Amino acid sequence: MIIAEQKSLDEIKTLIGNSEKVLVLGCGTCVTVCFAGGEREAAIMASSLRMATKLEGKSNAITDITVQRQCEWEYLDQVAEQIGEADVVLSLGCGIGVQAIAEHFPNTWVVPGLNTSFLGLPSEQGVWEERCAACGDCILGLTGGICPIARCSKTLLNGPCGGSEDGHCEIDPEIPCAWQLIYDRLSSMDKLDVLLDLQPPKNWKTSRDGGPRKIVREDLRLLEEEE
Amino acid sequence: MVTEIKSESKELTNGYLSGSNLEKILRGGHFAVTGELGPPQSADGEVIREKAALLKGYCDAVNITDNQTAIVRMSSIGAGTIVVQEGLEPVIQMTCRDRNRLAIQSDLLGAYALGMRNLLCLTGDHQSFGNHPESKNVFDMDSVQLVQAVANMRDECIFQCGDAFKGIEPRFFIGAAAAPFADPIDFRPYRLAKKVNAGADFIQTQLVYDVDAFAQYMEKVRELGLHEKTFILAGVGPLKSPGMARYMKNNVPGILVPDEIIKEMNAAGAPWAGKKKEELTKEDKKARSAAWKETGINICIDLIQKLRAIEGVAGVHIMAIEWERAVKPIVEGAGLYPRPQIEETVSEA
Ligand code: SF4
Ligand code: SF4
Repeated sequence: MIIAEQKSLDEIKTLIGNSEKVLVLGCGTCVTVCFAGGEREAAIMASSLRMATKLEGKSNAITDITVQRQCEWEYLDQVAEQIGEADVVLSLGCGIGVQAIAEHFPNTWVVPGLNTSFLGLPSEQGVWEERCAACGDCILGLTGGICPIARCSKTLLNGPCGGSEDGHCEIDPEIPCAWQLIYDRLSSMDKLDVLLDLQPPKNWKTSRDGGPRKIVREDLRLLEEEE
Repeated sequence: MVTEIKSESKELTNGYLSGSNLEKILRGGHFAVTGELGPPQSADGEVIREKAALLKGYCDAVNITDNQTAIVRMSSIGAGTIVVQEGLEPVIQMTCRDRNRLAIQSDLLGAYALGMRNLLCLTGDHQSFGNHPESKNVFDMDSVQLVQAVANMRDECIFQCGDAFKGIEPRFFIGAAAAPFADPIDFRPYRLAKKVNAGADFIQTQLVYDVDAFAQYMEKVRELGLHEKTFILAGVGPLKSPGMARYMKNNVPGILVPDEIIKEMNAAGAPWAGKKKEELTKEDKKARSAAWKETGINICIDLIQKLRAIEGVAGVHIMAIEWERAVKPIVEGAGLYPRPQIEETVSEA
């Protein structure tokens, strides 16, 4: 899922500026699961902002509401009225949510309350780690199910580099070396010979380097028309 | 486990792939000596000339680092051009950190046209170590893929994309690095095999201080037959102080420094060991530093002798960065001076 974390209150206050009516909009999907922008966080954010503006002697109208998914029009439509009334929408969705609001409500000023960080998972309570960089051409089949694109600091395909030590990456003792993980896993599965093949340079066209990406499924499109 | 190496397809011109001095020395069966020259963090070509003067005659070729430790410096090819003018042979270093496959290939075409003949292909230190930690990295290719791309330009006259090109191909003597003691240590000889299979003509290793550990690595390398397919230059470097030895042992991945060497360095500073920092005069510190350096150089000479005795070690790569002056006494002390002069081969009719 998408992992995000909240921006500082100071930055959020700057983003909101002098707007009178502020709508804090939470999202019920990924950012709820990673405790960054769900219903609970939206409510806390709204009250923090209320407190902060009160301390500054202002009386802004700050409300909050949470939709199931900010990245789909139908859920946004359900709160169109509240969005329409706000001077600014503080989205606690990921970057996709923020853009969905901007796209769907051309007259609405929307600002991000979160920093969208990565695609990952909670490795333990309170810890999230990156797992995928959405490269568009998955090579996990070659690497024992461990992604060197997202998890090797140098996106090596023929790793590990000479900086791998005691299982961690050269850039930070807190970051596991993806290639050590790959090696260990292939070794335990008795598949180390996979690593002897020279992997050719990756086709980065399918990743962001090829420009913004889009998927069109004609089969689904046709179905829609038949409806 | 190692697949066939395609050395047959490597086309030799006058018996050489590149005709570089380094290649000639190695193919001639001489024990090679390469050095290292770090370009300045400025546009001052004089620095390069001064360093080249210290290394000329003592090394068969010198590596010109490419933004080493991710710190901006004069480019390897730019500095290498000056080195060529000074009559010393450069080994251009090329990392995958700063350039994509377009930039790498075009820079190498230019480097060859400027007279560079040796190339070392590296992944590169991560930019977080250097002075631009906020920069975007590239890593479009990795070092193994880079070796292959350069070999294909030379041997097949094709770019990485597969397009053939006409005209003069860049005929580099292609090098790669090896880190014998980095983790996972069991995989290291096989990763070397990948580089050799990709087309690496020579290898320069990370600094070796632990000869026994290196001998074990070389045993595996010989078992895989790699020493017969590539020239392996063992990396050595003079220690400046016990602190440097400890730092390398504890902080630099893939470097093993045996305790005996640290002890030896400590012993060199023994006459000043009883004194507190404040009690040491300027002269004391100078004398102590000189004693340490002398021992560092002697240890390095000793290491070279021992490494030379290991089967499959074709030369040494002396890394005395920002201490180029140490190379002369090391090469002389190891009995490797003067360097062999290779006659120009007569071209076949
Ligand atoms: S290979 Fe690509 S798609 Fe697969 S996990 Fe890694 S980044 Fe994601
Ligand atoms: S240490 Fe491991 S994870 Fe880090 S860059 Fe090298 S191979 Fe990748």
